[in-house]
Amino acid sequence: MATSPLAPFRNRLIFAACWLLWIAVQYKSLLEFQIDPAIALTDASLSNTLLAVMLALMIYILGLYRPQKRKYLFLLVWCLALSGLWAVMTRISLAGLFAHHPDYLLFLRKSMPLRFDITLLVTGCAAITSMLWHSQEEQKQQESRKRHAEKMARDAELYKLRQQLQPHFLFNSLNSISALTVSQPEQARKMIQRLSDFLRGVLKKEYQQWVTLADELQHLQLYLEMEQMRFGRRLSTEIIHDEESPAFLIPPLLLQPVVENAIKFGLYDTTAPALIRIKASVDRDLLTISVQNPFDPETASPRPGAGFGLSSVQRRLYLLFARNDLLSASAEDHHFVTMLKIPRHDQSHPDR
Amino acid sequence: MIKAILIDDEPLSRSLIREYLEDYPEICIVQECQDGFEGVKAIMQQQPRLVFLDIQMPKINGFEMLELIEQPPAVIFITAFDEYAIRAFEQNAVDYLLKPFSRERFAKAMEKFMEHAGDPLSGTAAQPLLSTAALSPQQRQRIVVKTGGKIKIIRVDDILYLEAADDYVKIYARDGVFLKNRTMAYFEDLLEKEQYVRTHRSFIVNIQQITRIEPYEKEGRLAVLKTGTKIPVSKSGYARLREVLDV
Repeated sequence: MATSPLAPFRNRLIFAACWLLWIAVQYKSLLEFQIDPAIALTDASLSNTLLAVMLALMIYILGLYRPQKRKYLFLLVWCLALSGLWAVMTRISLAGLFAHHPDYLLFLRKSMPLRFDITLLVTGCAAITSMLWHSQEEQKQQESRKRHAEKMARDAELYKLRQQLQPHFLFNSLNSISALTVSQPEQARKMIQRLSDFLRGVLKKEYQQWVTLADELQHLQLYLEMEQMRFGRRLSTEIIHDEESPAFLIPPLLLQPVVENAIKFGLYDTTAPALIRIKASVDRDLLTISVQNPFDPETASPRPGAGFGLSSVQRRLYLLFARNDLLSASAEDHHFVTMLKIPRHDQSHPDR
Repeated sequence: MIKAILIDDEPLSRSLIREYLEDYPEICIVQECQDGFEGVKAIMQQQPRLVFLDIQMPKINGFEMLELIEQPPAVIFITAFDEYAIRAFEQNAVDYLLKPFSRERFAKAMEKFMEHAGDPLSGTAAQPLLSTAALSPQQRQRIVVKTGGKIKIIRVDDILYLEAADDYVKIYARDGVFLKNRTMAYFEDLLEKEQYVRTHRSFIVNIQQITRIEPYEKEGRLAVLKTGTKIPVSKSGYARLREVLDV
């Protein structure tokens, strides 16, 4: 709910002060016109109290509803209506109170147009101030929302970057290179080459641009080869695909987290030989990729859809295709299989 | 001669340490292990004075492995990139090697070890480090215990309730009862407060196991579990229970 400009205590104080000041000013002016002081005081208090009530009401209503279009016309009509209402009420009540003072009644009738004008001016000022206050508040809120959204986007970006760089993998690879430099310098050089190519691939990737499966597989191959050097014969990989699939376009960075997950459970969390098998095939407009890895049921308890890697993939698939059935995982007999389905990319929607 | 054990799952990483150790002829690697299970066994059998321990390993990590050893020897910790492990080391002022590390950095760690004449990582020094490390997301999911000669990994979801037993805590899980030499306060910190409630000085209960609560004697109550077991609930325990169950 929108707050009112009269909500802060300071503003209420100002409002009350203006009201009293206005009473004083009007009282003083009435005395100039030779009005009896008692009548003048009553006149000033009554008319200004009515005005204050009207204004408070108007400010309150503006807090609840403000038109987006033609707001100044709206304000003008509001002010005219309020001032008119105020004039009628003031005139009737004052005339009723001082019915036996013909001089005053005459003065009241003559001064009414002027009073109306002044009131219209005051009402207009209050309405515009109120409007300005509201638009300033809205702007403040919008800015804070924007700042918040920007911060979130920045954090997500940083997190994504860190994920892509895979610090754990990176530092372990560097350590392996360090170990190889003395005993097998040729191997060390090879590994540096692969690591560079891998990092270049990570840096080149853009979140929005789709890539062919062949490109993605080549990138993964670098990653797998490096893991092979780190873990020796314990890791073996197998990539099988049909004729059509290498040219199939897929969203970038979708397959990699799945393979990383397979490495995590199949290689990092076991000590037995690990075979990571990636299979890809196209059936009409659907590419199916399955990634299989062994797991140790004693220590790991892979549940379908569990793990950060997979939940982020699931979320991306949903954002891209509005479908929740494109990722599935199953565990049986020491093997964990993740199935990824990707619909054919519609070239007419490049931003999808 | 100083007996040492090397525990790391990567052969290349182990070979690097062996290479650096050529500068220290008095250190003798008596065994190399590639996971925590092997590590526990090797430490028990060989009683080394020094262990080179990688944190991320298959089956159980380096911290979980140390939990299983009653009198751990001196340890030189090694890690590549593990935010939680690094936080635990920093908080407890424990030295560690970050992969890849230089010969000089390795020498510094060895110097420290020699200075302290290979003081074992005594029970009192290890405890705070392991308690901090146990708060990592991976370790919060499971509890590693030794039962008989075997190592058992209990999934936290499988815990029915815990009972204090002198210096130990008895863990009643779906597939048996296990002992762990930790305090109740340690488990109270470790387990999710929304699911595990300390109903009594000596009991922590998985609230999903509770079927009903019945009055008992004057002020007390009993929580009846799905298995039929009755767990005492103290007055303050009942207040905590009500708070979590939102009744």
